[in-house]
Formats: sequence, C-alpha cells, structure tokens
Amino acid sequence: MLLSRVAETVYWAGRYLERAEATARIVKVHTEQFLDLPKEAGSTWAPLLAITGSRDQFDDLYPEPTEEHVLSFLVADPDNRSAMVAALGQARENVRTTRPVFPREAWEHLNALYLRAAETCDDAIPRRRRVAWMDALVADCQRLTGLLVGCMNQDDAYLFLRIGRHVERADMTTRVLDVHAGTLLAQRGDLDTYADMGWMNVLKSLSAYQMYRRRVQARVKGSEVLRFLLQDAQFPRSVEHSLTRISVSLLELTNHDAPMARCAAAQQLVEEAKVRALAFEGLHDYVDELQVRIGAVHDSLGATYFQGAAPAAEPVLASA
Amino acid sequence: MDFARYDSHGFFDELIADGRPRPGFAGFAEFLEGLTVEDLRNRQESAEIAIRAMGITFTVYEDGANIDRAWPFDVLPRVITAQEWSRTAAGLEQRLVALNAFIADVYGDQKIVHDGVFPAELLARSRNFRPECVGIEPPLDVWAHICGSDLVRDADGRFYVLEDNLRVPSGVSYMLENRLVTKRVFPELFRNLDILPVDDYPHRLFDLLASLSPRQGERPTVVVLTPGIYNSAYFEHAFLAQQMGVELAEGSDLVVDHDDSVYLRTIDGLHRVDVIYRRIDDLFLDPEAFNPDSVLGVPGLLRSWRAGKVAIANAPGAGVADDKVVYAYVPDMIRYYLGEEPKLANVPTWVCFDDAQRSHVLANLRDLVVKPANESGGYGIFVGSAASTAEVKACAERIEADPRNYVAQPILRLSTAPTLAGGRLAPRHVDLRPFILSGEDRYVTQGGLTRVALREGSLVVNSSQGGGSKDTWILDPTV
Repeated sequence: MLLSRVAETVYWAGRYLERAEATARIVKVHTEQFLDLPKEAGSTWAPLLAITGSRDQFDDLYPEPTEEHVLSFLVADPDNRSAMVAALGQARENVRTTRPVFPREAWEHLNALYLRAAETCDDAIPRRRRVAWMDALVADCQRLTGLLVGCMNQDDAYLFLRIGRHVERADMTTRVLDVHAGTLLAQRGDLDTYADMGWMNVLKSLSAYQMYRRRVQARVKGSEVLRFLLQDAQFPRSVEHSLTRISVSLLELTNHDAPMARCAAAQQLVEEAKVRALAFEGLHDYVDELQVRIGAVHDSLGATYFQGAAPAAEPVLASA
Repeated sequence: MDFARYDSHGFFDELIADGRPRPGFAGFAEFLEGLTVEDLRNRQESAEIAIRAMGITFTVYEDGANIDRAWPFDVLPRVITAQEWSRTAAGLEQRLVALNAFIADVYGDQKIVHDGVFPAELLARSRNFRPECVGIEPPLDVWAHICGSDLVRDADGRFYVLEDNLRVPSGVSYMLENRLVTKRVFPELFRNLDILPVDDYPHRLFDLLASLSPRQGERPTVVVLTPGIYNSAYFEHAFLAQQMGVELAEGSDLVVDHDDSVYLRTIDGLHRVDVIYRRIDDLFLDPEAFNPDSVLGVPGLLRSWRAGKVAIANAPGAGVADDKVVYAYVPDMIRYYLGEEPKLANVPTWVCFDDAQRSHVLANLRDLVVKPANESGGYGIFVGSAASTAEVKACAERIEADPRNYVAQPILRLSTAPTLAGGRLAPRHVDLRPFILSGEDRYVTQGGLTRVALREGSLVVNSSQGGGSKDTWILDPTV
C-alpha cells in the first residue's frame, strides 16, 4: 500500500536526485571542454543555463553569464531551486518526510551527502577543485542509488522513485541534445574538427562516450550520436532506455493504462526519429515535441496516482 | 577523571555520593575514572557527529520559521539500578491502571464523583473533558494506551511523579536514538556491563496498536497520524512509523466514507484503516466534532470511532486525566479503584480550587512553584524563589481570578548527574520520562528519556528551552 502523497513525494525525490547528479556531470564535461576549445570557438558558459532550463531566472539575478556567476548559480544559489545543493536539499526533505518507506541507511546517506555538498560548495567554483567536487557528488549519488537497489523493498514506492529518476533523465537527455546540437548545427562549416569534438562532448555530457565507442565502433558523427542517445536500448541514459524503464515500472502498478499510453506515445516518437536528417536540421522542433510528450507522461502520473482521490470514476482516455 | 573533587552542592547526585560512586555503579565509575577529560570531549564530539549524520533533529519555531536543530545530547549516561527500576516500573503500571479506571469512570457512571472522592465541579470545569466521549466503551476499556510520566528525584533520593502525559506524549524516539548513539560512542561498556536493552519498544507499541483493531482476525492496517512536518515532534512520528513499518499519515491522507469507516488515499484507491496512533491533540482531530477550523484532522473521525469502525490511541478524551489538578487526586484514585497504596509518590500538591489549600499557597508563594493546569513544555510556570515582587503579585492575582486553573508544589531540589559542561565534568539537573503501554498487557520502558538542564543551576529540561538529554542505563549490579 502506498499513499498518494507519499508516491508523489518519492517520485520527486527521484527527480531531484537525478537532476543534481546530471547537472554535476554536465558541469564537469563543460569545464573540461571549455579548457580544450580555442577562444575563437566562442565557447561560453551560457549553454549550461540552457540545458538546465534556467536562463530567465539567471538573468534576473546576475548581470552576465560569466563562469563564476553561472557556477555559483548552478551549484548553490539559494534562489535557484534547481541548483545542485538545492535539489539535494529537496530530495533530502522529501525522503525525510517519507522516511518510513526508505531503509534507514538511505536516509542517513542522503543526509550526509546533502550536508557534505552544502558545506563544501565553495570548492565547486575554482576550476582547480571543481571537477573533483563534481566527481564526488556523482559518486555519492551513485552510492545512494546502489544502496537503494541493494536494500530497499522493490515495492510501489521504489517504482515511483525509479519512474521519477527516468522522467528526469529523459528530460535532461533531450535538453542536452537540444542545446548542444543547436550550437553544433550553427557551427557547421569551417570548424568541422570542433564540430566532431562537439558531438563527442554531447556524448561525454551524458557519460556516454566510452559506451558509444564500444557499441558503435565508428567515428563520432552526428547521426550516430543521435541514434545512440535517442534510440539505443542498452545504454542506460538513452531516451529509449529511460522510457522503457518507465513503462516497465508502470506495468507493475495498478491503474496504469493512461500513463502507459502517454509513455508509448513518447516512445513511438523516439523510435520513428529520422536521425540522419535530424543531424542536419529539424532537431530543435523534434526535441520540442519529444519534451511535450515526456511532459504528458508526468501529467498523467499526477492525474492517475497523486491526486489521491478514489480510483478514477471516469477512465482517462487511453489515446495520447 | 577524578570524582573526589566532584561536588553536587548538596543536591542528590545520581552517580556520586561524597566523592565516590554509589553502590551498584562501581564498574561504570571505574571506566570513567580511566578516561581523561580530553577522552570524554572526544567521545562527545563523535556523538555529535553521529547525531548529525543520523539526522536526529527536533524542530523549533523561531524568528517566524521552523528550524530543524540537531538533538542536544550529553555523552555521559544516567544510571539507575535494575532493582530500583523494577519497583519504580510497578508503581508506574499501578498509576496507569488507576488513571484508565478514572477516565472510563468519568465518561461512564462517574462513581468516583458520586462517592465524593473527586469533586464534581473540577470535572465540570475541566478543559480536557470531552462531552462527546460520554457513554463510549473503547476496546479493553482502555483509554490511555500510551503514557509518558515525568519522574524527578528530590533531595531525599526518592522518585516522585511530576506529571502523567496522556495526550500525545513524545520523547520515546529520542530514548531509542540516544541508545544507538551511545552504543557507537561507548561500545566497550556495552560488552562489559549488563545494560538492559530498550529497543523492543517499537514492536511492543505495534502489538498494542494491532490488538485494538476492530476487525480481529485480519491483518490490521495501522497508521501514525501526524500534524505534519512543521510539528516539533515530527521526527518522532516519522521514526515510529518507520520502526513499526506502518504508514505515516497526515489528516489529508485520510477520509471517512459513507460507511463510517476510515480510509487512506492510496495510489490504488481507498484502503481501510483499523487503528490510528494519533499524534494530534483532541481538538484538532476532527473538524466536524471539535475545532471546525482545523485543517490537520479528518472530518468524521470521531463518528467513525464512536461507531467502533476504527480504534484511536490514545482515545479522544483521555486527556481529562492529564491535568495538573486531576494529578493531585491520583493517589486517591489508586486507593479508590484498586484498594492499594500508591507505590510511587506524587509531589505534594496544593489545589488552588480548594479554599484552605489556596490560602496556604497565597501565603507561601515565595517557597512554591505554581503551574497552570493545562500547559506543557514548561510554559507558564511560576517559580517563587526566582520571582520579583511584582511577579509574585501578578501570580497571586492570576490564582484568585481562576483558582481551578492552578496548582502549587514545593520547589523541588532536583537531582543532578555528572554532565560534560564547558569542557569539564559538572553536576546538572535531570528528570526522567519513562513510557508505559497499556492494552491486554502492560509494558514499561527500561528507563526512559533522561532530560538534562544544560545550563548551570537551571532546572528547565525542555529541549525547546536549552535542555538536552542523556542515554539512560538500567544496570543490574547483581549480574
């Protein structure tokens, strides 16, 4: 048995944890990439704001997206609810208020992880220490995930945690594609070497580079990268994989018809993606549509499970 | 560590008498004597780190915000012999039996009033008497299933009951957490001494709650009902739900349906609830029956309870016996209902409602502590010895204006226990809150939550007002 309120709180804990971890991965890669690119490549810190969908909010708080401002904003700005430390704090609060469904070690680990990140967040700003800080955060989040896999009942609460994680991950992957690809398409032409490097960095942002090499065994090129990150069934951070995990989790829950239909609609769009063409044009519109469909999965979860009413008297239409 | 120079200034000290450990505590004292103050400070520091890492907190309302503070803890345990504890526990059980008989009586035939043992007027003017509960017969005839009684030791070294908390007593989670912390900090002592374990409380509590289910024979659904994360005891509500493996519900998670049964809103729809361990005060439980503005409660809950569809612990109305005026009559209740002499003493108490007793109180305010009948958390207490002339006058006026609402007690010389303060060992005043469960059987915790006033000379042990806590060890020196 799982309370509707608890299901929603746990779902968001899954999203916040994934958000903190994914942001750390992206910041790390962007930092490394920034150091590699020549000045004339025109690389800036603004893409990090686009990926996290927080450009407008940033502009309200800071004059311009310098490295230091962007980092401060993304790591621990108290006014940024999606900042890494804030996301961990939200996840901690959510787990604290639903402690009965979690193993005690999970709460203690998350509590310690949050405290450590909050106390050391100044280390995330200077380049010299930044990558180590991001690595530590990712490793901490992974430990928590491992602890939950190893110690938590694989019950409904666990399913919602997993669904939350994958909704966030799918959303994040599409945004990384959108932003990086946007810049890459614009750059096509004289800076081809750097375009290849750019696609490589798309892979790296999603910790996908090495797995891509193993799977694709060809030069890094746009269409293959897109195919891999959108459609690959084996890579755990591809959109296809996340959507499959969501629908597999939904299958174990009752009343899953409506959210599964939404999920299938998103999956259909992924499977039908024409990656060759998208590598050159139309990617932005495509990603927009995909994000709308992922958003529909989220909305449907709320309507089906979180509103806490009796079982829906009028079944939600199963078409997307 | 050297106890020869430890001086409790004439107060009864729990561990040390005349510079030497009391009989029964030699093993523990010997261990302490082998430590330097520096060692102790290190252990205190590791305890504080453990508390932070384990996320043991309490919530205080301050500057318009709720702040989660780390639980204040003193690393030196307070010790009691098993022999003394078994006598004390018997006295606590006796009290709770009498208190339950009293509650059942006042919502039933009121024999104790008709027999002239308890004044009718006190009952009529009791703030915690719920007319809605008259005529109800809860399962096993038990109203107060969970009781937290506060014990203090006076200068004579005897335990006295200071009050019985029958509404939503809290602190038991900290008793359990204190033990976990202490085990991490003093592991060697747990191997060498015979310290009685405390960690069976959650399953005892679950068994008690399950035994109240109106649908016997089926696996009952038990929930802990919390006012929510802003409540100062939220940590405990979540802790107990987790330890018992039951749902932690807020009022909005529950609904009373047309069949008068209580249901949980779940992802699968509505799920029937059998037993509610409520941590919400009576008046907020059900906006239909009590405070209509309450957003914490569940509309219709009282209706469901009256219909016998759900069990509530403690039962609504049980707080009638949790009143400092009613407290004064507990020894009489024990004699009246059980035909026994009280095994545990009350603190001598003057009830201002009674003319003769009130005159005594008003004439001796300087030597007394005056308490309002229905406050908790140490609020509204007047201490004669510390008051200014104006405060004494104001107190006298309050008593004259509403005598039913006040009782007075002598200023107790609360016992002390060695405590790490300002980096050295010093005597600090302590009390003790054991927890007593009452259903088909009764159960008393081994010890309880020791609270300690961390400020020098202070008698205030409440965590909201600068108090801390200690682990409490029931030691069997005969083993």
